[in-house]
Amino acid sequence: MRKISTKKITDVVSRLVLKANFSLRKDVLSSLKRAALSEKSPLGKSILKILIENARIAEKEGLAICQYTGIAVVFCEIGQKVHVGGDIDKAINEGIRLGYKKGCLRKSVVSDPIIRKNTGTNTPSIIHYSFNKSDKLRLTVLPKGFGCENASKVFMLKPTATEEEIIESVVGAVKEQGADACPPLILGIGIGGTLDKAATLSKEATLLPVNKTNPKKHLKRLESLILKRVNETGIGPAGLGGKTTCLGVNILSFPTHIAGLPVVVNINCHALRSAESLI
Amino acid sequence: MRKIYLPLTEEIRESLRAGEEVLLSGKMYTARDAAHKRLYEAIKKHKKLPLDLTDNVIYYCGPTPAKPGAPVGSCGPTTAKRMDGFTPALLASGLAGMIGKGRRSEEVKKAIKRYKAVYLVAVGGAGAYFASKIKKANILAYKELGPEAIYELWVENFPAIVAIDSRGQSIIKE
Ligand code: SF4
Repeated sequence: MRKISTKKITDVVSRLVLKANFSLRKDVLSSLKRAALSEKSPLGKSILKILIENARIAEKEGLAICQYTGIAVVFCEIGQKVHVGGDIDKAINEGIRLGYKKGCLRKSVVSDPIIRKNTGTNTPSIIHYSFNKSDKLRLTVLPKGFGCENASKVFMLKPTATEEEIIESVVGAVKEQGADACPPLILGIGIGGTLDKAATLSKEATLLPVNKTNPKKHLKRLESLILKRVNETGIGPAGLGGKTTCLGVNILSFPTHIAGLPVVVNINCHALRSAESLI
Repeated sequence: MRKIYLPLTEEIRESLRAGEEVLLSGKMYTARDAAHKRLYEAIKKHKKLPLDLTDNVIYYCGPTPAKPGAPVGSCGPTTAKRMDGFTPALLASGLAGMIGKGRRSEEVKKAIKRYKAVYLVAVGGAGAYFASKIKKANILAYKELGPEAIYELWVENFPAIVAIDSRGQSIIKE
């Protein structure tokens, strides 16, 4: 058994909070740069340039890329040969609290969805645990803004739904609210499983490099068709027109029931922030 | 790019065209949901407002606390449509322009035309970039609202795009 202290976990999480909020993911930054070169709309081009400049200033000055620093979603992958001495949930949330405090980041979490009192610490975070056989622990912090989380959608399609129906559902979600979700967007899509499984997959899909393609041929095809169709909407950077509505689409799938086809699209703004560390 | 010095007089407003990129310099005010609600209620009750709206611009923004030495932290625009219900009353009271992100309602569009105002879009999610355009910031009113208080911001070359002009023309994709 390899021992990892809760203090170590807290330290790493608080560092990841700062890293995710201050330095834009390299894959996101390079796809913004590519888009700035290929965008035809002059307005779209200058907006993309502002976003690239924004990332530079944020990193240099230690400022939040976007001040809406969201609720923290944490993925914790625990090796079975790891022993954590203490309360791991508490350790992660303490890291979140410290990170948001140190970085002067906005606290946006309310303690009850109905009564709505701000907890003042940006905790609790949403924690997803999973296990593997290693002797390591992987932590990923994904601060999620709600401008784009609110634009996300669940579709419980018929098992007989065609590829076209899946595409239409996703493109429809983008048309409905994508303009207010700070485009260019990045889409994480979960297909299959149950409603909750598809939702988790859609979130995990946003952690994949933006221009990674699914190893399965039919899903790779679906990714590229969705990307093409979303970009044909003409919503463009900041919703002011252009061909860069979406920077990338990642799909994750899981076996499902004979009677259903859950599809969840998790919409992300261009400020797709995440950082990970392997302990 | 065209440089504009605030306040935004009627003459300037009428010369702006949807799709035009501008650089704003001078003083503007921040207000978001809670401050809008208070301004709106004050207008309805014919109470005195903490600021004169005439020819002034409101930026839909709640700045993050500043690090030592800086006037503000990150301060990008927030979603404009949440202010839609309050906006026509503010425009009727003299407000000349709004800066935010995203779409507006039909009522707001009509009111913009009626009062010859403008709606400008600032790039959403570029909070660090906009922080670098702000030279000075002061809390003006509703201090108790924290980040939702009304701030006076002195900006220099703050980039924005005319999204709905005083004739009611819009470039926002529906
Ligand atoms: S949607 Fe994203 S970029 Fe836009 S304001 Fe929210 S967190 Fe920031």
